[in-house]
Amino acid sequence: MEKLIVSTSPHIHAKSTTQSIMRDVLIALSPAAVASIVLFGLKALLNIVLCVGVCVLSEFIFNLIVKKKQTIVDLSACVTGLILGLSLPATTGVWPCIVGSVFAIIVVKCLFGGIGCNFANPAATARVLLLSSFGMSVAGGTLTSFQNPELVSGATPLVSINAGILEGLPSIGDMLLGNRAGAVGETCIIAILLGGAYLIVRKVINWETPVVLLGTVFLLSLIIKGDATVALYELLGGGVVFAAFFMATDYSTTPINRLGKVVFAFGCGVLTVIFRFFSSLPEGISYALLIMNILSPYIEKLCTFKPLGKAGKTE
Amino acid sequence: MFGLKFLGKTHIPHNKNTADLTPVKMTPPKEVLLPMAQHIGAPATPVVKVGDEVKVGQLIAEPSGYVSSPIYSSVSGKVTKIDNYLRPDGKSVPAIRIESDGEMSVLEGITPPEVTDFDSFIGAIRSSGLVGLGGAGFPTSVKLDAVKNGGIHTIVINGAECEPYITSDTRTMLDQSEAVYDGIALLEKYVPTAEKFIFGIEKNKPACIEEMARIFQDNPKVSIMPLPSLYPQGAEKVIIYNTTGLTVPEGKLPADVGVLVINVTSLAVLANYVKTGMPLVEKCVTVDGSAVKEPKNVVAPIGTSIREIIEFAGGLKEEAGKVIFGGPMMGIPACSLDEPISKTTNAITVFNVKEATEREASACIHCGRCVSACPMGLNPTAFSKALGYGTEEKMEKLEEASINLCMECGCCSYVCPASRPLVQNNRLGKTALREYKAHKASLK
Repeated sequence: MEKLIVSTSPHIHAKSTTQSIMRDVLIALSPAAVASIVLFGLKALLNIVLCVGVCVLSEFIFNLIVKKKQTIVDLSACVTGLILGLSLPATTGVWPCIVGSVFAIIVVKCLFGGIGCNFANPAATARVLLLSSFGMSVAGGTLTSFQNPELVSGATPLVSINAGILEGLPSIGDMLLGNRAGAVGETCIIAILLGGAYLIVRKVINWETPVVLLGTVFLLSLIIKGDATVALYELLGGGVVFAAFFMATDYSTTPINRLGKVVFAFGCGVLTVIFRFFSSLPEGISYALLIMNILSPYIEKLCTFKPLGKAGKTE
Repeated sequence: MFGLKFLGKTHIPHNKNTADLTPVKMTPPKEVLLPMAQHIGAPATPVVKVGDEVKVGQLIAEPSGYVSSPIYSSVSGKVTKIDNYLRPDGKSVPAIRIESDGEMSVLEGITPPEVTDFDSFIGAIRSSGLVGLGGAGFPTSVKLDAVKNGGIHTIVINGAECEPYITSDTRTMLDQSEAVYDGIALLEKYVPTAEKFIFGIEKNKPACIEEMARIFQDNPKVSIMPLPSLYPQGAEKVIIYNTTGLTVPEGKLPADVGVLVINVTSLAVLANYVKTGMPLVEKCVTVDGSAVKEPKNVVAPIGTSIREIIEFAGGLKEEAGKVIFGGPMMGIPACSLDEPISKTTNAITVFNVKEATEREASACIHCGRCVSACPMGLNPTAFSKALGYGTEEKMEKLEEASINLCMECGCCSYVCPASRPLVQNNRLGKTALREYKAHKASLK
């Protein structure tokens, strides 16, 4: 007699898997990674390799120690490592990279239950940790090899703008190409947009999050500063474009529903602008993300639509 | 909050390979096995005994209650056994086994029933053995009997056929359009309050839309509504919402909003019975799937084993990994090829071992694909999370997330990249909630 498989319906499944989604994110990050190496040289490559390697190794060892099924094949640790590596300046030392990676994976992700269970974005949290522990070597930017062949720190356009210095800012063209001081992956806007578009086309992320977040930052900057050029530099001069596509769209730390994602993105935008203009921080997106991550479950709950036919107070 | 309705959409490959294939009538099977419960409600009571000679269309089991349905012999031959049969859903029911004499001789004296008024109309439906052929198997006579309470203003004819592979309703609309026409005439006569008859047909069946539009062109009460080709358009609450704009509240029936939904094949069977008096003894079954050599539509006597139907259809090209009664989204898998088709079987889908092998589930990544996919606007992850709580809190959370609105269409599990058993969790949750409520009620 034939041996038949008996299981509950449905009996067919869509092709995408956790691994294929993470692979798509890695593909989407590759233009930014290539740009970072072109702009900042081998030190950028070293940072990226170090962060990815330590992240994957941390998850591997953690799973080994706690005797959990090995999860590194889902590629999510690679994604975390790559995002972290790209969001640090080229002057970041070896130790900050290692400490940040271990912290992101072990403390923020694995200790909370692994993929899907962490409440805060691992890369953003690690970046904040490094900012508060290693100071300006991590916080500032590095001039690109086109601006200065030696790896030297330089003020990001955001710092200059916030200090009221508008002279000597890179041209908008340079800003789009990435020829300005900053974290290695965040400067080349064109590469980021390319990757972001890929994710939207592949339906890995929704278009609302980056559009709402960036729109909010631009409009609020415009309202507060009253100058479109300044607002444009605010939009392109920091890490907010990179974060809008690759950090604010993280699945586990943002609301599950679409409306919730929109509210989340709006909140991130508002907080970013507040931090930039009304605090001593030159860059606010990392902190904004962390705060919104904490609020995410509540946003999710408030933004739940009424199911079809559900008896409720609204009707 | 917000009161807006955001209904999910899921693109699932249609695989309607057999849409152009006229059903082939099967050669008489060697034997048929007729379980007494092929419908929702009380199992029928056998009225034949082992050794009896029966003919096609002969009553072999009568309904045992209001919500029940009679069963007729689908072949001519001898009753060889009446014993228990384990249904695919795990319930054991008596079943009558009839060895076919290969003649398929029809019972003499089958005449059209006398239908003169509403009661005789309902009586005729009841004696036709008709149950909801869309898959639920609810006795049609009971559903239509409720019409006498009044208030039905719209009748939706479900020709969506959104399940992948299946084309038996498609064939009904193309090959038996006259019966569908007669069926509407009957409903018009006996459900006088109905002002509108809406055919809901997915856009991927242009031939059906055209044919229905053609035969009903002179009937202003009938309209054809092409539906987007998105699973699950044929689900009752979804088709009501999409054709009439009405929402059936949680725990209520379509009749509560003045709507009656009837499957297009059910309608044709009803009309055929009123015309000829031949009860429901055969079904058009789509035979398809990755392991099937030649996809076909086969008209087979009810009770024929899957094995015989597949053999008739041309056999398998690969080893069968999974055999499903119905389509791949909501169908029920068979434990063996010897299981018989029932009144509600509209397809046999056979997957090869590769396609049948389930992916291993991994952790939920909170991607929200299930939330975007749910046609009812539910959050499947909330149910799965609720199952982790203690009894009281679990029930509270399940109800709060409206688990009873889940119709198990399978969209959430289909899209889940982590292959989580979401539909299965929903079934567990629904059962737990039902049992808990029954227990609470018994304590009072």
